[in-house]
Amino acid sequence: MEMRRTPILGMWGSYRTRHQAAFEESRYSLRVFLKDRLALLGVCLILATIIVAVAAPWIAPYPDQGRGASNVKERLEAPSRAHPFGTDASGRDVLSRVIFGARIPLMISSVVVAAVLIIGVPLGGIAGYIGGWIDELVMRITDIFLAFPALILAMALVAFLGPSLRNVAIALVITWWPWYTRLVRGMAVSLRQRPYVLAARTMGVSQWTIIRRHVLPNALGPVVVQVSLDVGTVILEVAGLSFIGLGARPPQPEWGLMVSEGREYILSEWWISTFPGLAIFLLVLACNLVGDGLRDVLDPRTKR
Amino acid sequence: MESPLLDIRDLRLEFRSYRGVVKALDGVSLAVDKAEILGLVGESGCGKTITGMSVLGLLPRQQARVTSGEVLFRGDDLLRKSEHEMQRIRGRLISMVFQDPLASLNPVFTVGDQITKVIREHKRVSKKAARDAMCRALSETGLPTHKTLLHSYPHQLSGGMRQRVCMAMAISCDSPLLIADEPTTALDVTIQMQILKLLLRLREELGVAQILVTHNVGVAAQTCDRIAVMYAGQVVEQGPTVAVMKEARHPYTMALYECLPQGKSAQELLTIPGSVPDLIDPPAGCRFHPRCRRVLDVCRDVRPPLVEVARGHRVACHWVAEQSGPVRIPPES
Repeated sequence: MEMRRTPILGMWGSYRTRHQAAFEESRYSLRVFLKDRLALLGVCLILATIIVAVAAPWIAPYPDQGRGASNVKERLEAPSRAHPFGTDASGRDVLSRVIFGARIPLMISSVVVAAVLIIGVPLGGIAGYIGGWIDELVMRITDIFLAFPALILAMALVAFLGPSLRNVAIALVITWWPWYTRLVRGMAVSLRQRPYVLAARTMGVSQWTIIRRHVLPNALGPVVVQVSLDVGTVILEVAGLSFIGLGARPPQPEWGLMVSEGREYILSEWWISTFPGLAIFLLVLACNLVGDGLRDVLDPRTKR
Repeated sequence: MESPLLDIRDLRLEFRSYRGVVKALDGVSLAVDKAEILGLVGESGCGKTITGMSVLGLLPRQQARVTSGEVLFRGDDLLRKSEHEMQRIRGRLISMVFQDPLASLNPVFTVGDQITKVIREHKRVSKKAARDAMCRALSETGLPTHKTLLHSYPHQLSGGMRQRVCMAMAISCDSPLLIADEPTTALDVTIQMQILKLLLRLREELGVAQILVTHNVGVAAQTCDRIAVMYAGQVVEQGPTVAVMKEARHPYTMALYECLPQGKSAQELLTIPGSVPDLIDPPAGCRFHPRCRRVLDVCRDVRPPLVEVARGHRVACHWVAEQSGPVRIPPES
């Protein structure tokens, strides 16, 4: 009797054969990337964080405390078997709060990066490819934003909008898009000179299609590297803004806010600040390791 | 007499640069008939490529200015078309292939993807129909239509295949005119022959008229019906290939042939003395006169007109005109 492949596997198989070349190419890049032990470590850490963030209600020992319910009976307890990371000033289990806290940086950084890409990349492509007064206008606007130190501008914006995580995300998007616009614009200016862009023009392709199909896809490598290097910084800034009281509001389990809450007790009850601080450190480190690894794979100068 | 497919009349084109105005094309007149291959021969910087690009209106509008002339395609002046109208013409009526096929293909898309996109850019057809048109174009250029090729990226193909892919793309919308800008220069000699044969086949089977831009006289001689020799932005001699090759009249054309390596040792390699003139301040009179062996007094002041020395064979040279005297071409019967 004839063996029949399941439809899903069959679709996958035909997809693979149709894109054989692409598969070989990406498999090569993947191999280079995976050979980089540090990048692999970074990927593992990020995956672990994602799993922890998704599964927080099930793996946190005290889910309600993780979400913010106080438990004054057990305040400021040192790490023990019941509370591996100790408890904070309101008696909440620090481990549970660190676990729930993993959700915030992941959410905010992905939202910020997505918004920045949606605004910055097309704008840069248009400015760089079309040039002329459009380029001039867009670049001068980015200059205005880049004239302020990013963190100070973000602080001013949050102070103006009112402290909350949503406003932190908005402020970071506003301070961040000009970097991507400039990056893509620079790429577009050099890609504009490429023979295949000229060839596309000789085939009667309109400039919007050229931007969409020829400029942006070829500018994507550096953008991906920049994103992966910036995710860590976004996480750090979210934590930083929360630390100074401009981001998350208590009792949200935000790592930067938790570090801030433990400040008064840092000499005696060190665990309140230390464990969320370590979590920030590890996640940012992981992001940077992945960023470095990606740069090695995607940078054509180090390829092959 | 039927009007030619493409008729360039007295095209003058200037580039603005920091040093001054470069007179890149100075009164270029060329005609290409249906299903005819016209060779455009000359040294680097003589305006061959610029001529091709100006037909398609691809020169940067800020720097390049057409000061006079017209480019008639089927009687329509392309220089008066808007950018949007030109987009409809490029690729559909006139297409172009370039010297470096790898650089002219987008590295991030597969070959099949790129060709179908071109077809669908010009024709409102289904994906299926576009794929059929692509397969027709590919087999026309002698490439397999197997999916291994269609799903390859440009860098995975050989140089000859890449150039065929570029040509398949160029003919995929059945454009009646193809401008081939040094299509064989980046390829090795055996592949060169295949590509030239392909150009001839496109002409025989599909009736595609072509402008073959090349610096290689041999390539032009093998492929073209007519040859135009350009020097410093001007056409100095044009005519049927046999006439231009065998009975070259212009001193520049003759000097060019003498430079073809034929001898057996390096000592026998000849060059034309002097160098290509600066087109910001070109020599007065005939632009070739500082390097010309046959230079006359009149050459230094008066620009020689293109004079017909035999049927269809025209030369712009005072020396030739003086030698042969007033030429009478018998009227066409």
